[in-house]
Amino acid sequence: MIPLSHYLIVSALLFAIGSAGVFLRRNLITILLSVEIMLNAVNLSFVAFGRAAGNVDGQIITFFVMTVAAAEAAVGLALVIALFRHRESLNPDAFTSLKW
Amino acid sequence: MPETLLFYVLAAVAVVASVLVIGQRNAMYSVLFLIASFGALSGLYITLDAPFVAVAQIIIYAGAIMVLFLFVVMLLNAPQEDAATWDRTNPLRRPGIGRIGASLAGLLVVQLVWALGRIAGLGEGVRAQGDAATLSSVRELGRILFTDYAFAFEATSALILVAMVGAVVLARKESEQ
Amino acid sequence: MDFGFVSQMLGAAGPFLRPAIIGLLIFIVFNALIIASAILVLAERKIMGFMQQRYGPYLVGPHGVMQPFADILKLLFKEELRPKGADKYLFTLAPVIAVVAAFTAFATVPFGAETTLFGLLEEPIKLGIADVNVGVLVVFAVTSMGVYGIVLAGWASNSKYSLFGGLRASAQMISYELSYATSLAAVIMLSGSLSLREIVDSQSGTWLGFVPQWYVFLQPVGFVIYVIAGIAETNRAPFDFPEAEQELVAGFNTEYSSVRFALFPQAEYINMVTMSAVATDLYLGGWHSPLIPTEYGWIGFLLKVAFILFAYIWMRWTLPRYRYDQLMQFGWKWLFPASVLNLLVTATLMLYFNA
Repeated sequence: MIPLSHYLIVSALLFAIGSAGVFLRRNLITILLSVEIMLNAVNLSFVAFGRAAGNVDGQIITFFVMTVAAAEAAVGLALVIALFRHRESLNPDAFTSLKW
Repeated sequence: MPETLLFYVLAAVAVVASVLVIGQRNAMYSVLFLIASFGALSGLYITLDAPFVAVAQIIIYAGAIMVLFLFVVMLLNAPQEDAATWDRTNPLRRPGIGRIGASLAGLLVVQLVWALGRIAGLGEGVRAQGDAATLSSVRELGRILFTDYAFAFEATSALILVAMVGAVVLARKESEQ
Repeated sequence: MDFGFVSQMLGAAGPFLRPAIIGLLIFIVFNALIIASAILVLAERKIMGFMQQRYGPYLVGPHGVMQPFADILKLLFKEELRPKGADKYLFTLAPVIAVVAAFTAFATVPFGAETTLFGLLEEPIKLGIADVNVGVLVVFAVTSMGVYGIVLAGWASNSKYSLFGGLRASAQMISYELSYATSLAAVIMLSGSLSLREIVDSQSGTWLGFVPQWYVFLQPVGFVIYVIAGIAETNRAPFDFPEAEQELVAGFNTEYSSVRFALFPQAEYINMVTMSAVATDLYLGGWHSPLIPTEYGWIGFLLKVAFILFAYIWMRWTLPRYRYDQLMQFGWKWLFPASVLNLLVTATLMLYFNA
């Protein structure tokens, strides 16, 4: 029997890796990928908590998180394409000015 | 015990693949390692009696969202990170400052594990309660999704519509406006 | 003749018999898929020859039946080339992903009713490798992994033609997966199950005594949408844009040679077989067919799959290729709305007649 805490530790590790990616990487696509890692870490803890509580609510919230992730990826990638057209760069530091 | 072994192998794959996602400069490889991580996570969902979530994870994340990422990586044919000279001279890029981010993330792990240690009742087996057959039934999932969570479901559809319109407007070339 | 000693021996091997038969089943399915791709290569060239009023391959073996094996031997002895700028790992990984996804997708496709193998087994065995309660979705998930093989091949080759092939593949597959899944959803609603075996078994019986209760009669629009989206998913003509030879040399596999190249067509043909087998299970009643008893249902299953495969080849040599923007227009503006409408009408009619 695997205890609930082990799933939560995996989730915590994944979340920390995702946040480290957002802090450290300087590539917009990798940053979006790191956000996806964080969302997945949250999903894992939702499903694990739901299983431990013995109901399906955890799984249902996962679907909403997935939908949000899909919307985020669509808008985020559209932004990345638009930004890349302007500066030929994917580095967030290239977009520090508010107007161009 | 095969179940325990399976959990640790999948957890290790998920964590290592995620580390590799942020640990390199080639965006293409990052996307591929993230797909591997998602595959491992979907295996973890199966160990949690959530086969529908596991399959949805593969279909939605690995099959659609990641293809979108790959598409953008290929479309931009993005240069390697840190290519520009102004970027290397940026004060934020000095070594040392970058490590603050890493240490903050490490701190986050310590904090989360510390918090987990203070909650009682986490040491029980995760599958101790509930009936596995009911929990993995798609019929039950659908019933609760379309009754108890009907409002959230409708709100999600509005979100998707907004995201779709936003993506079309943003990605359009300016000359067409 | 007395086979008593055989059953005695089998009785002694009792606990090992069942796993052994399941292992044998996996072996047979794996090899049948390989052979099927070889037969399809030959069938395609023969049918193409017939449709264009020429012979097709006829030199190797009687009527050219050994042609696929000659092709494979030729490819095995070719030099394996890798372009200098290609990505070392992904260039090799791409065909492997394509072919592994193709084989794996068949794992949850059932192809026959429960059988005791003529009394050999005490408990009946299900013909099919794995019986998963979300089987339809597993097939869908695994086939959607196949696109990575093509996209990565396009990217790793470091050639503009390959890159365009890969880009087209990713856009095309995302677009047609929607219609594909929506047409699946209508069948899932009708049968009330996600398990392919239960979906097939809900199609047993007849209406008026002679019309089999196949979903193709309840879902004609869904069936057509499924087949069209399936052609687009397997990158077959008239939707073979990732490898449109008049525009992109050979698309994503321009830079491939030898065994690595051989794996792509093989994956394509196996995907065709899987697509036809799933179509048979979902719409054509699987192993339930008139005139064929259920124990021999797999024969009817194979006949139906062969018919759909013939239709695939027929279409390839009859219809010209679309233009790429037409493909996208068709997918998003016609096929997807049609499948959503089909789903809505199905749901409405189900509510009207049942409740």
